[in-house]
Amino acid sequence: MAAPLLEVQHLRVEFPTRRGTLLALDDVSFSIAPGEILGVVGESGAGKSLTGAAIIGLLEPPGRVAGGQILLDGQRIDNLPAEAMRKIRGKRIGAIFQDPLTSLNPLYTIGRQLIETIQVHLGLDAAAARARAVQLLQSTGIPAAGQRIDQYPHQFSGGMRQRVVIALALAAQPQLIVADEPTTALDVSIQAQIIALLKSLTKEQGAAVMLVTHDMGVIAETCDRVAVLYAGRVVEIGPVAAVIHSPAHPYTVGLMGSIPAMDQEREQLMQIDGAMPRLNAIPPGCAFHPRCPQAMDRCRSDRPDLLPAGATQAACWLHDSKVAA
Amino acid sequence: MADQPMARAPSAPLAPSAGALARFFDGDVWHSFKQSPTAMVAAVIALVCVVCAVFAPWLAPHNPQDLASLQLMDARLPPAWVADGQARFPLGTDDQGRDILSALMYGARISLLVGLASVVLSVVLGVGLGLLAGFVGGRVDSFIMRVCDVMLSFPAILVALLIDGVGRAMFPDAHEALAFSVLILAISLTGWVQYARTVRGSTLVERQKDYVQAARVIGVSPLRIMRRHVLPNVLGPVLVLATIQIASAIITEATLSFLGVGVPPTSPSLGTLIRVGQDFLFSGEWWITVFPGLVLVMIALSVNLLGDWLRDALNPRLR
Amino acid sequence: MTAGRAPGRPQAGAHPFGGSPGVPAGQGANPLVEVNDLAKTFDVSAPWLNRVIERQPRRFVHAVDGVSFAIPRGTTLALVGESGCGKSTVARLLVGLYAPTRGTVAFDGIDTAATLASPGARALRKRMQMIFQDPYASLNPRWTVRDIVGEPLREHGLAMTEPALEAKVAALLAQVGMAAADMEKFPHQFSGGQRQRISIARALATEPEFLVCDEPTSALDVSVQAQVLNIMKNLQRQRGLTYLFISHNLAVVRHVADSVGVMYLGRLVELSPRRTLFAAPRHPYTRMLLDAIPDIAMTGRQRTPVQGEVPNPLNPPSGCAFHPRCPHANARCSSERPELVEFQGVRIACHAVTEGRI
Repeated sequence: MAAPLLEVQHLRVEFPTRRGTLLALDDVSFSIAPGEILGVVGESGAGKSLTGAAIIGLLEPPGRVAGGQILLDGQRIDNLPAEAMRKIRGKRIGAIFQDPLTSLNPLYTIGRQLIETIQVHLGLDAAAARARAVQLLQSTGIPAAGQRIDQYPHQFSGGMRQRVVIALALAAQPQLIVADEPTTALDVSIQAQIIALLKSLTKEQGAAVMLVTHDMGVIAETCDRVAVLYAGRVVEIGPVAAVIHSPAHPYTVGLMGSIPAMDQEREQLMQIDGAMPRLNAIPPGCAFHPRCPQAMDRCRSDRPDLLPAGATQAACWLHDSKVAA
Repeated sequence: MADQPMARAPSAPLAPSAGALARFFDGDVWHSFKQSPTAMVAAVIALVCVVCAVFAPWLAPHNPQDLASLQLMDARLPPAWVADGQARFPLGTDDQGRDILSALMYGARISLLVGLASVVLSVVLGVGLGLLAGFVGGRVDSFIMRVCDVMLSFPAILVALLIDGVGRAMFPDAHEALAFSVLILAISLTGWVQYARTVRGSTLVERQKDYVQAARVIGVSPLRIMRRHVLPNVLGPVLVLATIQIASAIITEATLSFLGVGVPPTSPSLGTLIRVGQDFLFSGEWWITVFPGLVLVMIALSVNLLGDWLRDALNPRLR
Repeated sequence: MTAGRAPGRPQAGAHPFGGSPGVPAGQGANPLVEVNDLAKTFDVSAPWLNRVIERQPRRFVHAVDGVSFAIPRGTTLALVGESGCGKSTVARLLVGLYAPTRGTVAFDGIDTAATLASPGARALRKRMQMIFQDPYASLNPRWTVRDIVGEPLREHGLAMTEPALEAKVAALLAQVGMAAADMEKFPHQFSGGQRQRISIARALATEPEFLVCDEPTSALDVSVQAQVLNIMKNLQRQRGLTYLFISHNLAVVRHVADSVGVMYLGRLVELSPRRTLFAAPRHPYTRMLLDAIPDIAMTGRQRTPVQGEVPNPLNPPSGCAFHPRCPHANARCSSERPELVEFQGVRIACHAVTEGRI
């Protein structure tokens, strides 16, 4: 088993506010192997975007990493000074954000933005950088790349812009790509194209991907493994097929049940009553226990670690092998 | 899907509402105030000035407007801490024997009155026109905005002078109240434009929002929508602007009075005092002009600082 | 669908449209809403001065370009499509937020455009309401929930005293699963899903017969969406409501709709009962849309690669709007615009289908 490319160990992210410190990520651990695509799925407020931000080093103050470690290729990156992190960002970690409109600087041509990135991180001269930029654009499926490289972002449609953003992210041949909701702002037919593109390009370059999204369908199509976040904690992690078809954690079960499926008709969708707890009101023990149909006494007081549960791991006492069933 | 943008601080819920006052003191604005020494000092200074001005008839040691109480023997006395000063005239007297301290209080009263009144009028006019322009759009909007553009191309003082001059010409033997009204009108007519523009911009944004559309679907009349839905949501920036403009209005009034075309000479404002004292500056009687000047600066500065703090406190991004 | 059906819903296989010209009247012969050749054009020309100086022509966007359909009472018609297809504009046309450029909207036989401009507008507005997409912008942030939900009651004189108003608001909130105490709070104290429920409560205040729902769950998390959709279905069953449901999410549409209309660049390209649409989509665009849905079940089905993007609405293609992206387009498709016609039980606007080529 190859050494993991990215290792997140017991990550804690805090937001000090005047009403007390909010714990936005509480002991989050996972790893990504080289070339693997890991999906991080969760609902609003679960902390998935924060996880991506912490890894790239773009947590907005006063948020900060308050505990744990983030290791890239065995080297700690969460405590690096800003300058060192800047070098890593772009060269070894690439980022794709949700809104293609704001990811590109509207005042510069896309060629200039691409070439700048390439030159900074790969040290090529202008001509070579431009050639590489054109080639990148072509590989992302932009027609007439040689001419369009000199156009401005507003001259591209949303889907095209997202392709440019992907090209930018891949420009310096990073080992890891963090993609935060890359297809959410796009039409469904374009989504399919972008997902396919992301998958093929990253496989080609051998880059690993951390795909953050709320859309299980995208996860199903793209990822090898998936981590489910709830209230700042990982509640389930495992191979995609296992998590989707045989989820072990009651939250994942409820989540999968509430998705209207294309292949069956139901009168009522399965619903999980209540809502995700707010960060300053996370219940003791298992964060999901107030909404869980199978909550036991133990769940109210002890917080479960990730326990093996069939093909996946779930943070749920139901799978505690030491307790008699 | 509206997920949180990358790494924005999650919002904590507010305490359950127990009345507007309780909400205010629990809120971010009050908390920001407590954390800002500048704002607190400025608020204290402004408060002191306002209290002195409002309660001048009771607080002032003398009544400068009572001509019978003046004695020429008391004229041009320096402040109490200087050699020839007297304790009962702490800041000295002017060339007619008026106590400077009392004159300051009464003068500040006039200044504040004119300043506040003109700002209120500006706000009413500007917000009204801005709402109308933003909501109705089309030609009405274009017309109002062109009027704004024209007004902005004139320096405020000139406009005030013009209106003031016209007013005086129309009513040559006007008594005090009318003179005040003309002055307030003049100052407010120079200030309404910025409110109109700000409110128009905000109205254009709010008008597109779904809650306004929902009100339309319910069948609420456009006037009610403007008044009950849009207006409360566009007033935020107006508050900040108005606070800062109070200082500017006071200074405009002082300038006009300094030039001799402001308040009538029988109720001198700070500007009048400065002008009067100017004549004596070079004969060494500095206190007659310096103290009114200092008070003017203090009021304007403290109000400006408060306005600055308010703008930052109300800006959601900086919280 | 289960065999035991609650009263008020049409029987299986009911023709979703009837009474429209050119279409044989089926069951549900008196549809609640009937739309005929509806069109809305927006003038997006540059300002007059710019046009004169730069010699630019006037430019128009045909956001809705001749749409016809009917919704029988107690059923749900879903309109799906991607951005720019005009489905939101249709929603707004139906409730009178826009006036149509052409065509008519008939509500229970009444011409809505004419009525809304007349004194009878008030009565009509009571009968139809709208739910919006953005839970954060659809409630006035400065109003309490009581005022928000109570506004239609006040406006239409449905509650004469404060206590009566409060009682009604409490009842409405209970209908959507919220507590009466919530009426004291402000919108920012609620989550997205709760705000949508408040929106629904507000929409129900006047006891309307027809609800237009513009992407009501698109901005919500999946589990919250499930709650809101369940509430909406229950309410429909209990009150016999008629819905026009706008969405871009075909899976959600499959869950809620009785009949589905697919829109592309302002035109209806396919209109058929739900089962038929999902089992046997006819129009190439519908097939493309269904194909593009990510496959959660991971059945490993092959997906036809999708071509191109939605064209600029300022410059729509000639003839059939979809022809540049269509694998079955021929010369006729690029010159002649296909009309929405009845074909083997569905309504379709496609030459290839009507010619039997696919």
